Amino acid sequence: MDLLASLGDGFAVALTFQNIGLALMGCFLGTIMGALPGLGPSNGVAILIPLAFTLGLGATPSLILLTSVYYGAMYGGRISSILLNIPGDEPAMMTCLDGYPMARNGRAGEALALSGVASFVGAFFATWGLVLLAPQLVKVALLFGPAEYFALFALAFMTLGGVSSTNQAKSAFAAALGLGLAMVGVDTQTGVPRFTFGEVHLYDGIDFLVAIVGLFALSEVFIFLEHRGTDKDASTAPKLAIGRIVPSWGVLKSCTPTMLRTTVLGFIAGVLPGAGASLGSFISYSMEKKLVDRNGTFGTGDPRGVAAPEAGNNAAAGGALVPMLALGVPGSGTTAVLLAVLLSLNITPGPLLFTQNPDVVWGLIAALFIGNVMLLAMNIPMVGLFVRVLMVPPRILMPVVAMVSFVGIYGISGSSFDLMVMIGFGVMGWVLRKLDVPLVPVILGTLLGNAMEVNMRRAVTIADGDYSVLFGSWLTLVLWAIAIVGFVLPIFVGGVVKARMRGAAQREAAQTD
Amino acid sequence: MSDRIFGGIGLMLALLYVWRAAIIPDSFMSDAVGPRAFPYGIAAVLALSSVFFLLKPDPAPEWPRAGRLAEIGFAVLVMIAYAQLLPEVGFLIATAFASAYLTWRLGSPPLQSVLIGAGTSIGIYVIFRLILGLSLAKGPFGF
Repeated sequence: MDLLASLGDGFAVALTFQNIGLALMGCFLGTIMGALPGLGPSNGVAILIPLAFTLGLGATPSLILLTSVYYGAMYGGRISSILLNIPGDEPAMMTCLDGYPMARNGRAGEALALSGVASFVGAFFATWGLVLLAPQLVKVALLFGPAEYFALFALAFMTLGGVSSTNQAKSAFAAALGLGLAMVGVDTQTGVPRFTFGEVHLYDGIDFLVAIVGLFALSEVFIFLEHRGTDKDASTAPKLAIGRIVPSWGVLKSCTPTMLRTTVLGFIAGVLPGAGASLGSFISYSMEKKLVDRNGTFGTGDPRGVAAPEAGNNAAAGGALVPMLALGVPGSGTTAVLLAVLLSLNITPGPLLFTQNPDVVWGLIAALFIGNVMLLAMNIPMVGLFVRVLMVPPRILMPVVAMVSFVGIYGISGSSFDLMVMIGFGVMGWVLRKLDVPLVPVILGTLLGNAMEVNMRRAVTIADGDYSVLFGSWLTLVLWAIAIVGFVLPIFVGGVVKARMRGAAQREAAQTD
Repeated sequence: MSDRIFGGIGLMLALLYVWRAAIIPDSFMSDAVGPRAFPYGIAAVLALSSVFFLLKPDPAPEWPRAGRLAEIGFAVLVMIAYAQLLPEVGFLIATAFASAYLTWRLGSPPLQSVLIGAGTSIGIYVIFRLILGLSLAKGPFGF
């Protein structure tokens, strides 16, 4: 009953006029950002963080705004998958498989509505999962000392590449690069400047918001400049009629078992380190195909093939919040960006968050429930509006993205120096993406680098300079074991899983064309 | 080949990192670990993964042709100029120029680009300055 009481308090926090307005705005902007090809949830949240700051919002309102954007983007990703056969973001890739064929059969509106309902079911139950599971995880996390935290951070980095990673060396390089950037600035323990090259601007360290916006948003602009006028240019795809936007009762009923099964699966994928929403939607789709596809209708516009990945990826999005809130260690790119929000608001996520700032945690969770209902209400009748937004060509959109990024960063610091650093990160992001180096570990490294070092130094200092303390308790050993398995496993199975994900998408696409 | 070059740059980066870490001065305050140990660890991971790229490179990505590369280079220059000139000429003018350039390069016809640039600038100014009250860069004309 404690839980329900806390949740009730949360609703009291979230149900103010301002917070509801922010949630509404976040859901709306998030859906648009998710729907636009090239602007995924990480980008969307990244661009809006500086704005939430410069608006001078408090901790809970900022979080409500940005998590609404996060949930909204997960909803929005499906719109361009279904209508244009271009996933708005990576997790929405699997929705293309049956969503686009449905749209071509003249059932676009139905597919949109059904996927909206599936997203709602996935996100709604995943938020309940978050309510139930996070406090349990907090109990475990309270046993953690500095050595355990150091091992936990290592685990986060080593599993971040995830089971679908093709080249673990590149994930490791990215993580080291991020950690290395975090070291820039005055050392908190001894007060000596490190890696500053005598530049006074760097004494405070590199602001991770600058890094995030540069790496995600600006590099996207460069990618568009590179691909303008080629077949990778999204603006040339054919447009489809929408049709009726209410799914029939029969369709909904036939999809219900599918939605419930894939919600559970997606949630588990979200909670586990290194899996995330893309894998959640992938295994949801594959499992459903094995279970219920008796007539071979999957891939030709089967409604269940639309419901499965959407419920799966939205459930995974909720699941990914569990380790982020309870341990302070995010399991996916977007939750890493949300962690950046918390850190810049001077809130350290982790077990103490639940006891010290219960208003933040429960207010946030309540906001997720509210946002979810809003998204469902918004997405079914207003889907036509979002479709119209999709028609905005990238040549107009991308300059806006770039300029809003500049505005946000300039708004925080008012210095041209930060803008220059951001441009540098944009170029770096473009090069790294060309070389297939993942960007999320870079972000996570700059975010967690200092905390990781502090915990290591604290542990070793308490043990009088004995480094073996880092492997000294059974808890650390368990964490290291998971970390090593998580790092080594993808070397053997990663290529296979990724190839299957790509292969499935391409095969089905080839069939429909 | 791209990965090999990348590995080489990564190794140099690791060496540079070790050197910069080694010259971190000692402080009057100190702990058992000191400010250098963790950076050394990071450099080790950087170096190891770079060696891996050298030994077992992935197939090279499709690099854009020289023209497109120059395109990105010019966009970067425009952004740098924007960052430098923003406090000098003010938000509206700088943003109009920068977004006009970007939309032109992304395929808008020239005349339309000017309009889109001005529109973007005014739109952002209205939403962020007039409605949300954010402080944007003020030029000599106050906007």
